[in-house]
Amino acid sequence: MNVIEASNLVKRFGNLEAVRGVSFTVREGEIFGFLGPNGAGKTTAINILCTLLYPTAGEAKVNGYDVVKECSKVRQSIGLIFQESTLDDYLTAEQNLRFHGYAYAVPRDVLESRLKELLEMVELWDRRKAKIRTYYGGMKRRLEIARGLLHRPRVLFLDEPTLGLDPQTRRRIWDYIRDLRKRENLTIFMTTHYMDEAENCDRVAIIDYGRIVVMDTLEALKDGVGGDVISVRTEDNDEAMRLLVGQYKLTPSMRNGVISFTVPRGEEFLPGFVSGFPVPISSVGLARPTLEDVFLQVTGRSIREQEADPMHDMKQMVRGRGRGR
Amino acid sequence: MVNFFRSVRVIAHREFLRFIQDKPRLFSSFSMPLIFLVIFGAGFSRLIGQIIPDVDYIQFMYPGILCMPILMTSVMSGVSVVWDREFGFLKEVLVSPLNRSGVLAGKAAGAGIIALIQGSIMLAVAPFLNVAVGPRTVLTLIPLILILSFALSALGLLIGARMRSQQGFQLLMQLVIFPMLFLSGIFFPVAQVARWLEVLSKLNPVTYGIDAIRQAFLGAEVAGVTVFGHTMGILESALVVAMVGAVFLTGAIWVFNRRD
Ligand SMILES: Nc1ncnc2c1ncn2[C@@H]1O[C@H](COP(=O)(O)OP(=O)(O)OP(=O)(O)O)[C@@H](O)[C@H]1O
Ligand SMILES: [Mg+2]
Repeated sequence: MNVIEASNLVKRFGNLEAVRGVSFTVREGEIFGFLGPNGAGKTTAINILCTLLYPTAGEAKVNGYDVVKECSKVRQSIGLIFQESTLDDYLTAEQNLRFHGYAYAVPRDVLESRLKELLEMVELWDRRKAKIRTYYGGMKRRLEIARGLLHRPRVLFLDEPTLGLDPQTRRRIWDYIRDLRKRENLTIFMTTHYMDEAENCDRVAIIDYGRIVVMDTLEALKDGVGGDVISVRTEDNDEAMRLLVGQYKLTPSMRNGVISFTVPRGEEFLPGFVSGFPVPISSVGLARPTLEDVFLQVTGRSIREQEADPMHDMKQMVRGRGRGR
Repeated sequence: MVNFFRSVRVIAHREFLRFIQDKPRLFSSFSMPLIFLVIFGAGFSRLIGQIIPDVDYIQFMYPGILCMPILMTSVMSGVSVVWDREFGFLKEVLVSPLNRSGVLAGKAAGAGIIALIQGSIMLAVAPFLNVAVGPRTVLTLIPLILILSFALSALGLLIGARMRSQQGFQLLMQLVIFPMLFLSGIFFPVAQVARWLEVLSKLNPVTYGIDAIRQAFLGAEVAGVTVFGHTMGILESALVVAMVGAVFLTGAIWVFNRRD
């Protein structure tokens, strides 16, 4: 059964087309991810699915309900963890959860037991009487996950669930999420611009400038790259590049002094290549393609290159302040 | 409909929790009115003498002073949707199944509860000023305070419904809240001041709320708002305030319900 169905979603803000005709479906129990750089339109897509924004065109159904016409049924079916915190800083963790429970009409007796269970799951039971103001980023995130699950939603939306968290906390949060999916048959829709985070998905759509560039299972996406990624450092990279293109008929790329290219069955290719290559090789590596490679191949650029762009960071800062919308 | 009332209850509960946990705000809401009471009361009372027979200036002013924390807190609790938006909490509310109109009405209801608490605390000052407070007065005051607080929080909501940041806030204080306070007949009988001041005061809905509350304390003889030759009684004044509040709230709901 499809829990999310979106067809030709478009969202325009004035002249800016943030989402340009996006279609996809998510099956029950699946972890589905939107992977894309900053400003790709991921949050906008989530906001349409969770009834915060009207689509300019196209339609979407969540849990079988239309996001425009049946928004209150959609709202009851979903749990959300937004990109920024949406907790009430001046209330305690427990008060925040109770508010949520009342808002979603969770029966009182059920509420008590779930409250405890969820707070224990995210390891915040001891801190439940503390105001959110005293929480740090990772704790807030965990609490929001607990809150998003309190009313037993069918679908959990996670917008950049571990943005700005340290690797250890990120790993912990993902352990919870995977565990949950197993226990509750929850469907998860997430967005991220971390490659390694997208590795947690069953299926990924790479989204760029408001469009889905490619969408498939992780395995299929990586297979699509066309084999394994070989990276080499040589004593004369320019000469090596020339040889790889001319003699070996490959399409290598060079970044930070490392040449990389893909070949089918890399482990068989490598021994002969290393012994026969005319330019002295100083180091060599073989890897299964990562999503980074997939991204590079389908968009022609690296997701990281964009983040290093200082102008873009400025824009992010300005945008971050108006985070209310 | 069930959802509407649940929304009102849930939101009012949260407003209440926030209020009682915010001790500085709780105390500071009383400081200004009490300072006015002391300075104006002690300073001018003897100078001005009796406003009408048996009512001296400080007694005249007291009902208005009682309303001051209520006015401020109610407008602020309406405007607090701006904070909720800024700090993200509003999103939690907007994606929940809570009814939007109920959410706004809940904000107003929360302000009403807080207003009653503030009113009771301010009542404690009455005996020191020789203002009699009987059970009848208290029973009349309850609906009047609720109506006044409702109208003002509705105004706050209307202002806050589309405001995106706190920047407009200073301006709002200076252009809306202070004029509304000072042109509301708290400090002077509106019939006995310069004509322009009188007109402005009569255009201010708060004036009617204050006048009704003053009458509840001091009797109909102090009734001060005369519109087209008709002197407004408690009930009429209360009705004016309630209607203005309903208009504000409807406006706020309308603005709030628009989705991009
Ligand atoms: N309310 C709005 N009004 C105008 N433009 C908007 C609005 N919301 C988003 N945008 C613009 O739409 C584009 C897509 O934004 P969106 O937040 O969906 O991107 P994103 O993929 O979530 O990026 P990020 O990784 O930064 O969260 C951006 O260019 C953004 O500036
Ligand atoms: Mg985003």
